[in-house]
Amino acid sequence: MKRLLLYLMLTAGALLFLYPFVWMLAATFKPETEIAGFNLIPQQPTLESYRFVFQKIPITRGLVNSLFVSIIVTASVVLFGSMTGYALSRLRFRGRELIFNLTLATMMIPAQLTLIPLYTMMVKFGWVNSYLSLIVPAMMSSYAALLFRQFFRSIPQSLIEAARLDGCSDWRILFTIIYPLSKPAITTVAILTFMGVWNDVLWPLMVIRDQELMTMPQMVTLFAVGGQAEARLGVQLAAATLLAVPIILVYFFIQRYMIESIASSGMKG
Amino acid sequence: MQPGEANKFSMLSKPAAAWKRFRRIFPRRGESAQKDRAGYLMTFPYVLHVIVFLGYPLAFAFVLIFHRWNVYTPMKWVGLGNVKLLAGDPLVWRALANTLYFLLIHIPLQLALALGLAELLNRKLRGRNFFRASYFLPFVISGVVVTILWQQLYATETGLINVLLQRLGLPKVGWLTDPRVAMPAIAIMATWKNVGLYVVLFLVGLQAIPARLYEAAELDGASEWQKFRRITVPLLNPTIMLVLVLSTIGGFSLFIEPYVMTGGGPAGSTLSGILYLYKQAFTFSKMGYASTIGFFWALIIFTVVLLQRRFVEKEAVE
Repeated sequence: MKRLLLYLMLTAGALLFLYPFVWMLAATFKPETEIAGFNLIPQQPTLESYRFVFQKIPITRGLVNSLFVSIIVTASVVLFGSMTGYALSRLRFRGRELIFNLTLATMMIPAQLTLIPLYTMMVKFGWVNSYLSLIVPAMMSSYAALLFRQFFRSIPQSLIEAARLDGCSDWRILFTIIYPLSKPAITTVAILTFMGVWNDVLWPLMVIRDQELMTMPQMVTLFAVGGQAEARLGVQLAAATLLAVPIILVYFFIQRYMIESIASSGMKG
Repeated sequence: MQPGEANKFSMLSKPAAAWKRFRRIFPRRGESAQKDRAGYLMTFPYVLHVIVFLGYPLAFAFVLIFHRWNVYTPMKWVGLGNVKLLAGDPLVWRALANTLYFLLIHIPLQLALALGLAELLNRKLRGRNFFRASYFLPFVISGVVVTILWQQLYATETGLINVLLQRLGLPKVGWLTDPRVAMPAIAIMATWKNVGLYVVLFLVGLQAIPARLYEAAELDGASEWQKFRRITVPLLNPTIMLVLVLSTIGGFSLFIEPYVMTGGGPAGSTLSGILYLYKQAFTFSKMGYASTIGFFWALIIFTVVLLQRRFVEKEAVE
């Protein structure tokens, strides 16, 4: 009996989180008049909302832009983060402690502090309305460097010494010996970075004005806020659904990794 | 040893030590420099990036505080003008009050719900992964999607929440149109979106508590509540701290929710610090003032997080 109650509560919880998304998906196939109801099966299914979205905004272009920016940033953060992490954990050089402390210090700075100065910098560089402003400032992450440093410390030093004796350079050690052993760390950093860049709206809103260059969340935000959706509920929800689908698909396949990565990033404190 | 002797020895050893130190900083070309090179090459891009995209903006943030600037024409020195403006700007204090109101509702709700769901999940269950994944889903989805969706759910006439309330015989609520309710409405939505993360964090914390502690307490005849209060809560303290800090930072970073849902209204009741900063910078082109707001906001976050840490640590000692 107690068991049954437990499952009831858990299922109620799951419904609380899942039902709104299912309802949203259903609403995108309903005509306007049907939306304000709980039923999940459209009486007169229609693709009108989606047709409207595709007509009004270049949303596939937004998808491509978002993918392009997120993939480059993710690759860069993994590459440079692992290099920094390797140097900070496995190499001895003067100034290493200084750089390590610098990395720690940068984590303490709230992003709000540098938002405006960074924007004015983009203006000075002529990077407003350019992918460069979306990519370059995000190319490295102290958090990734620290995470890699922490992970690399658990790799036995003897392995690295053996490779050195065989005449391996540090670069080759990193890419051919450390990388294959570091899949969990690489996955974590990649997932966190990708999600962070993919979901960011504030920064793109600040630096991108040209619709052709907008990321997908930015495009959908402006579509919903501006008059373009003509206050049509189905249309706004269709745009939101298109934005949610890629992440939901990815989540469906690798949810365990995503949950663990994000949870472990929270645990750093 | 006589005082003079120590002096004599240090006189003798000083040049050698100084030389050694000098060599450590500037070694001969060769072996040592060679060994250092890989380290420098590998950290150079990162250090350069930090200097250019963090160090410089950080320094420039201070400069901006003392200037009026619209980015395109030359900067104008205004001394403490921006700071004075900020101190007397009712909208800044409104944003701060709104944020604290948000946190006042969001944090207890978040803690209770996350801890409750984590407690439910922390046992042998069929479909445990399914439940965990469904609670976590809103967290991975873009805030824009969640905001657009909830804007519909909150709609006064057609929104599902009001439809449900009316079916239950309750009055409609102006979720996003009533200034008293709008911020709590955003807090509820934020809780719904983020709680999955905290469920997972609490689960990790709960699993780290040794079962024998509960067994020992049971032998002593402790009630469920006593076990919860005396064992679970103190041992979860680091996780609670983490949840507090993360939700506080989240609360001070509110932007997309009011931007999409309310534009800061009704009557300024959902204006957030970042939304105000954004408006100052991009509606009024006041970079100096916007930067001052950002600086002020960062300072507050820093202080609040520090206070929380103090408070929770003290609680743990008691």
